[in-house]
Amino acid sequence: MVQVKPHKDRRSKIAAASLGILMASAGGAVAFCGFYVAKADTKLFNSASKVVLVRDKDRTVITMANDYDGPLEDFAIVVPVPVVLEEGQINVGENAVLDHLDAYTAPRLVEYFDPDPCQVLEYQAITATRSAPMADAAPEGRNKSLGVTVEAEYTVGEYDIKILSAEESDGLTQWLTENGYKIPDGASDVLGSYIKQDTKFFVAKVNLDEQAETGLKYLRPLQMAFESPRFMLPIRLGMVNADGKQELFVFALTRTGRVETTNYRTAKLPTGNDIPLFVKSEFGAFYKSMFEAQTKKENGKAVFLEYAWDMAWCDPCAADPLSKDELKSLGVYWLPDGGPVTGRRSIAPSPAQDVFVTRLHVSYDAANFPEDLMFKETGDRQNFQGRYVLRHPYAGDAKCEQATTYRKSLPERFEKEAQTLANLTNWDINEIRTKMNKNDQSFDPPKKTPWWKRLWNNDDETDQ
Amino acid sequence: MVRQSLELNSDIPLRSTPSKRVESSVFWIPLPTNAYTRFIDALPEDPRVLQLCALITLFSYGLITKVFSFEPLKIIAVFSAAFATQFIGSLINAIRMDTRSAAVTSLSLLLLLRADNPMIMALAASIAIGSKFLIRLYGKHIFNPANIGIVTLLIVSSLMPVGSSLSGAAWTTPGQWGTAIWLAALLAGIGFIITSRAARLDIPLTFLAVFAGLAFARAAWLGDPISIPIHRLQNSALMLFAFFMIADPKTTPDTPLGRILFAGLTATLAHWLIFQNFISDGIFYALAIMCIIRPVLDAIALAPAYTWPKHHNQNPACRDAAQQNSPFKSNSHFKRKERH
Repeated sequence: MVQVKPHKDRRSKIAAASLGILMASAGGAVAFCGFYVAKADTKLFNSASKVVLVRDKDRTVITMANDYDGPLEDFAIVVPVPVVLEEGQINVGENAVLDHLDAYTAPRLVEYFDPDPCQVLEYQAITATRSAPMADAAPEGRNKSLGVTVEAEYTVGEYDIKILSAEESDGLTQWLTENGYKIPDGASDVLGSYIKQDTKFFVAKVNLDEQAETGLKYLRPLQMAFESPRFMLPIRLGMVNADGKQELFVFALTRTGRVETTNYRTAKLPTGNDIPLFVKSEFGAFYKSMFEAQTKKENGKAVFLEYAWDMAWCDPCAADPLSKDELKSLGVYWLPDGGPVTGRRSIAPSPAQDVFVTRLHVSYDAANFPEDLMFKETGDRQNFQGRYVLRHPYAGDAKCEQATTYRKSLPERFEKEAQTLANLTNWDINEIRTKMNKNDQSFDPPKKTPWWKRLWNNDDETDQ
Repeated sequence: MVRQSLELNSDIPLRSTPSKRVESSVFWIPLPTNAYTRFIDALPEDPRVLQLCALITLFSYGLITKVFSFEPLKIIAVFSAAFATQFIGSLINAIRMDTRSAAVTSLSLLLLLRADNPMIMALAASIAIGSKFLIRLYGKHIFNPANIGIVTLLIVSSLMPVGSSLSGAAWTTPGQWGTAIWLAALLAGIGFIITSRAARLDIPLTFLAVFAGLAFARAAWLGDPISIPIHRLQNSALMLFAFFMIADPKTTPDTPLGRILFAGLTATLAHWLIFQNFISDGIFYALAIMCIIRPVLDAIALAPAYTWPKHHNQNPACRDAAQQNSPFKSNSHFKRKERH
């Protein structure tokens, strides 16, 4: 979709959303996920789009996150849609549900503590999570006939929505321009391609009165439900004048199994790796670097699977599974009324919930992703999660034979962790080693105990 | 085709005998010099030997690059089911067991079909091989074995109600082979040699030419940048299909004209299913449908049936039966004469 800002005084900006597109302006175009650089300091990926796709046979419910934080009157969004939507097919959702889904599926850090090498094991795991952020926005439109038909007009929640159909791209481009959208060069061709594929256009802006009534300081996500054999996300419009890569997270909720892209390779994010302890304090940076490095490894052409799980449980849980009400609000219409309400953390697999969640993450640009993302639902129900492991060496006092061997083995293990981290993130291995040294992960072999210390029961001080 | 020309006239470069060649009347590959034909000639006569080597290499590549994961149970299930079915079929028909075909089919299924349950993979293998014995016309089996195994499972998976054990039981991964140019080129190169050997080069070339033509035409109509059709054609899964599935000599028409129609129509149908109807597995459905139509193409363009090279297919019963049943009363492989 796209988010666009009306070009007030020829200075407006437009943002394109993940699904489609949109427009630019004097100040530089803003792809929904790309240009609008929000507060990078607070967000892992500073301009990413989040989209939830609920899919069952030909039925699709799409929820587009909205974290636009500019002036509300400047917000606008353009999304290619396959059919004309009736009012009841459009809804305004809640950010909290999206955030919850994001947290539930986020790559996670797990911590283990080595047991006393002289004792039996016990362990403890904790999780830390990071999630990623999103999108932005832009302006609006007015009505004029240029081969453009306003098929429908609604006010839903805080949004004024129009569904447009067009006969040809020039007319549509002009209509959008006359209605306050500044269209970047190249967008017209893409619009033309969509028009020929019989696509309609969903255009929304903020109704300031309605918005004031909500009492909210932010915009809520837009949702639409429709029936179409096309299981895809239009990303081309958003790339028209994007500069550099854009981040997109797709959360798919399905009945049969994992979702993958059919026209791009879907690769699994590396998972289960033991990494150095200092990453605990910079997990966000780690995840970001790792994602970048892995994208590079796939020549920038892959979509990454970050999570695939039955919604009934998790292990370890980064957040509770979504409740039935939350799932329903996202468009999961097939859950029976009554019955068990999930949404509670359960480590063991509880009865399948008939909802399978897939989290895909892609960093795309026009050179490597010329086409829209096409998806398919597979029958794969194998669970997958991005999970990274910290192993704390045993810190207590241990003096048995095994303890000596254990301590001797540590430098090798640390070195392995350092290399794993360097491989995953392309970080400099020497810097990694330095940081590890400062963080109680020393590569120095334990001090050798003089042989005579063991004589005459003299080993009190022989601790490595 | 290359091979045939060699046998007919081994000293003369192919290019110099266009009017005498039946099989390559459409594609004039500039390559067939003496060196190239000698190279082709030096390869094992049975194209399936080369195909097996190529499939094993691809399978290893798929494992290394994680196109799929290593699941020994599935490998065992597929091979066992394929060989058992082939054995039973051979026994009932009192013919010698053809292990090479069973192996090719097994590997093709492992490359192209995915399922969580090894039994589902085994079922696909049994359907694939079973179809060779059960669904026949004029002494030839109708369906491309691996293809019908895949298509049957896909249809069953999508028709069963959600929640039943067969719902979503099998799927394909068209995107997983990626779009790396070198892989697509390598697949095409290896496939080129193998299909040359099987005298079926016209099939992948026609298929790809028509598919590419439609992709470019669609892009031109939509005003899309050329990077879009190019991206679609770089898909290694497409090359895999063109050179390793559709080109099967036993289930393609026996005349060049028939084959060109067959490949061209398959490409057209596949393109229509995928891009107009958004059926991502359209390519497999297209081939299955064309296999049903194939006997008509055979009838339109009469020619003797293909048999595997004589020295390998030692099973006289099989060969004879095929020849007796064939309305075309073929002579042996590559010995046919032109009928223009």
